[in-house]
Amino acid sequence: MYDPTVARLTYRALLGRRRALILGALPLLLIVISVIVRALVGADDQTASDLLGGLALATMVPIIGVIAGTGAIGPEIDDGSVVYLLSKPIKRPTIIFTKLIVAIAVTMVFSALPTFIAGLILNGNGQQIAVAYTVAALVSSIAYAALFLLLGTVSRHAVVFGLVYALVWEALFGSLVAGARTLSVQQWSLAVAHKVAGGDLVTSDVGLPTATVLLVVVTVLATWYAGQKLRSLTLAGEE
Amino acid sequence: MAVEHPVAAPSGDQTRIHNIGYRSYDGPRLGRSYATRSLYSQSLRGAYGLGRSVKSKVLPMLLFVVMCVPAAIMVAVAVATKAKDLPVDYTRYAIIMQAVISLYVASQAPQSVSRDLRFKTVPLYFSRPIETADYVRAKYAALASAMFILTAAPLIVLYVGALLAKLDFADQTKGFGQGLVSVALLSLLFAGIGLVIASVTPRRGFGIAAVIAVMTISYGAVSTLQAIADAQGSTSAIPWIGLFSPVTLIDGLQSAFLGASSAFPGAVGPGNGEGVVYVLAVLGLIAACYGLLLRRYKKVGL
Repeated sequence: MYDPTVARLTYRALLGRRRALILGALPLLLIVISVIVRALVGADDQTASDLLGGLALATMVPIIGVIAGTGAIGPEIDDGSVVYLLSKPIKRPTIIFTKLIVAIAVTMVFSALPTFIAGLILNGNGQQIAVAYTVAALVSSIAYAALFLLLGTVSRHAVVFGLVYALVWEALFGSLVAGARTLSVQQWSLAVAHKVAGGDLVTSDVGLPTATVLLVVVTVLATWYAGQKLRSLTLAGEE
Repeated sequence: MAVEHPVAAPSGDQTRIHNIGYRSYDGPRLGRSYATRSLYSQSLRGAYGLGRSVKSKVLPMLLFVVMCVPAAIMVAVAVATKAKDLPVDYTRYAIIMQAVISLYVASQAPQSVSRDLRFKTVPLYFSRPIETADYVRAKYAALASAMFILTAAPLIVLYVGALLAKLDFADQTKGFGQGLVSVALLSLLFAGIGLVIASVTPRRGFGIAAVIAVMTISYGAVSTLQAIADAQGSTSAIPWIGLFSPVTLIDGLQSAFLGASSAFPGAVGPGNGEGVVYVLAVLGLIAACYGLLLRRYKKVGL
């Protein structure tokens, strides 16, 4: 199910040249901000929770997920070079699975790791906040990567749709309409984080069993459907 | 293997040039400014998907509708309830809808410049009479105009609605004028930032993500820091932090000079002194974006 050559090519496409720098700039900003906040405020559990929840989990993880998830397959389909990959005797679901693993790894490294470091800087993992948000970032990395990889195979405007989901649905509608929160990767991962942290600093609108089931279902279904889409992929002209 | 034919050496008096009737063009040449204007209007139409496929019309038109519908609803509410004032200031509207504006600039800036880079059509433009500066000016002006249409249309809806509801004419006109100045600056600033980022990458998708990342992450970071500064009671720091993201720049500028109420936490807008810094920052950023684009296309055009 895992093909090292495809993985190597995908890593190169995602992290080649200047791209790794841009991917690295976001986590760096998070760490810089948490250093500033720590210097201004001192160790405060509520501030740490707000910053990690608002900036890291709500904004940074989805954006890195979009870049890594759609970037793993989107550009190849866009410029048509995917036919060279598809004409090799490798199963299409294997290609998707390999690309998914790579996208998950990249999202995790660039979002969960900095979240953990920022959490340590902010309050030294008091009340398990750093660990809780790191777990949430890890869990949501998997779901986001699968979801956005599927978008990459479905649409040429995958990045826009991914961002509309991440920013408009989760942030805007999520804060206005309570029902939208039930269908949000962010809330599902917060449910897992709530379990880890205990207490009431990290809260979620979704229960843990529902969240876990939905996370698994979305990830598996998205991966399976992306494999199906790739099996019947037709290369259209520009737009 | 090519078979070598012995080439008969032509003897001198047999070669001649025949005139087979080709004529050189002696009609009017429309010149550089015409080409620039065409590029401008094509880019402006392209920013709303006109003259492109149906699929690429969907997103810009959808965002345009999303921008205007809340304004129409507000007007309807104001008329129905016979309110003395509109529920939202003209200057505040763009700040509230910033997510939509960011999405628009993120989706249209790369489609305007990245595709030219990817299909290597930039040298073709420069084989016409236009210069690097013309290309940059046309593209910048086109995107800024498109953004101005996007942000000014809801204001016009609000203004017309306010006049129909017989609200105070002088008051509404003043507010409308201030709103127009504010969205004009916003359009120039956002278009500049979007184009600079998009012109670096030939990949459209990557450009979109990079533009939206710059817009939202900087806003997220700035508003988080402002909220913390507000909670800590250091209100003097709030306006200075606001200098570091495009949305808060516009917000601060209009609350200092255009009579808007600030959306900063605690409603602490910059005073006049800090307001000057905001104006300088906005104008400096616009000039810097233009300069960076010129520098980028000096290299990329050849």
